[in-house]
Amino acid sequence: MDQIEPFAEITHQTAVFADGMALDCGRMLRQMAVAYRTYGSLNAERSNAVLICHALTGDQYVAETHPLTGRPGWWANLVGPGLPIDTDRFFVICANVLGGCMGSTGPRSPHDEKPGEPWGHDFPPVTIRDMVRAQKKLVDQLGITQLFAVIGGSMGGMQVLEWAATYPEQVFAAVPIASGAHHSAQNIAYNEVGRQAIFADPDFNDGEYWRSGVIPARGLAVARMVAHITYLSEAALTRKFGRRLRDASSLTLLDDKFEVESYLQYQGSAFVRRFDANSYLSITRAMDFFDLAIDRGGDLSRAFAGTRTRFCLVSFSSDWLFPTKATREVVNALIRGAANVSFVEIMSDKGHDAFLLDEPDFHRTLAGFIAGCAEHRGLPPKETP
Amino acid sequence: MPDGSLRSAREPHAARPMRVDLQLIADLITPGSRVLDIGCGDGALIGHLFHTRGCDARGLELDMALVTHAVAHGVPVMQGDADTDLVHYPDQAFDYVVLTRTLQAVERPLEVLQHMLRISTRAIVSFPNFGHWYLRAQLGITGRMPMTKSWNRMWYETPNIHPCTIQDFFDLCKAEGYVVEQWLALDDEGHRAPWRRFPWLANLFGEQGLFVLRRR
Repeated sequence: MDQIEPFAEITHQTAVFADGMALDCGRMLRQMAVAYRTYGSLNAERSNAVLICHALTGDQYVAETHPLTGRPGWWANLVGPGLPIDTDRFFVICANVLGGCMGSTGPRSPHDEKPGEPWGHDFPPVTIRDMVRAQKKLVDQLGITQLFAVIGGSMGGMQVLEWAATYPEQVFAAVPIASGAHHSAQNIAYNEVGRQAIFADPDFNDGEYWRSGVIPARGLAVARMVAHITYLSEAALTRKFGRRLRDASSLTLLDDKFEVESYLQYQGSAFVRRFDANSYLSITRAMDFFDLAIDRGGDLSRAFAGTRTRFCLVSFSSDWLFPTKATREVVNALIRGAANVSFVEIMSDKGHDAFLLDEPDFHRTLAGFIAGCAEHRGLPPKETP
Repeated sequence: MPDGSLRSAREPHAARPMRVDLQLIADLITPGSRVLDIGCGDGALIGHLFHTRGCDARGLELDMALVTHAVAHGVPVMQGDADTDLVHYPDQAFDYVVLTRTLQAVERPLEVLQHMLRISTRAIVSFPNFGHWYLRAQLGITGRMPMTKSWNRMWYETPNIHPCTIQDFFDLCKAEGYVVEQWLALDDEGHRAPWRRFPWLANLFGEQGLFVLRRR
């Protein structure tokens, strides 16, 4: 792989909390920044706020052209005027997670104890709950006492569940998508392969690669490639690439390259330009540590006992990273807590990635659930011109 | 659900006509109640109970297409199976649990009824009556499994694996110790049939039975 230059850092819209925040690990961030974007406008009652939680490699640029990559927002097909998460009707907030690398405090931020140096590999371990607490501070600062909805897929879904469990009164509706209450051993295993690939890159330099100015591009790219496989289904890979070769019609056993190889390599190299390796380590660890039942004696239903939040859980039939079984575990726990639950498994052969793609049944489900909740919440119907 | 059919996706639930027997069931439910509709189809009863009676109503449905349809219309429905998923609901979580035209299609009707009356104060159950004179006549005269509007699938492909009669159901309630608070015979459309006083007449002329049960 040729030397890859990351995008130059830019300034993001941030809320700075000068009092910092205590972390689950017992350490304290002396100062904390939360980078965020908002879309639409908050109504006078402050009752129409929707928080969107992004996945492992997502960020706050959910519904607009990304300032670094120039690509459309990662949920631009779902969030916007007239779309299922309608910015004409709702005030949509999306924040970069704690530990991320798009402006929120993370491994690239200035070290609390070592002036002039970034945290790097020294960044305290953060949890999904820490991420949610940071978002809560932002939501409080925006003057919102109850979010109309918290919505997110994959790791975003973990945050949604954590929101509903930790701040039940602040969440009117919760939509965890293609997610679960914990990572499986298989999920952890794949993450560990990614982390080991980063550690094995000589440029990683014990996480102090900022000293040399050369990023561990190869290791991070391999981590991304492995992860990317888990986002797709076998059927989707076969449909997209099959055994087709790049620039050749039949195998010559020389320099042949399968389409799927070059696709993954492209995914890897594009990723390392925008993502920080230490952030990747921090966030994958946070996902692996996440277990909503563990603080509740192993009984997941206690996380939601007596909740008044309305839930809508969505899984995708070909998702093997967060299979329907993982969603159903949460559904059953919610039912044991007598929660109000909608649950749909969307038929799709696109794997875990389906939550980001144009899946009409998924979009109809989400739009309908939101509309129903808005009615229950007493939000005025959308004005039709 | 055996007769679940998709209705127009564009009409909101409140505006579209509802199955007559569902209207009858809605009238049995106290406003403001907590209701679970098992085998709720597209969720018409749930939408109706919320809009007209202020109920906190939810649904459980086996058919994913119907579940998606319901949720896409803002009705809280989850995909699940009456035979396996009722076990997760806590005791006394509801005031009414409704099971319309589904009891005959579940694998373990006895356990489903037990769960219904565990998780809810009252159970509202309707089922097609296999004791109707026309079915008896078909079986008696032709010697073959009857085919009617309610019993409209061949024996080898029908989901209705546990047919019973209104009399059978009375016997079951007695054996299980359930109090029959109300019962009605209905015709195929779900209109109330005039056989209220005599179960044996209802068993002969009612096309469906509708029961409101509670524990003793």
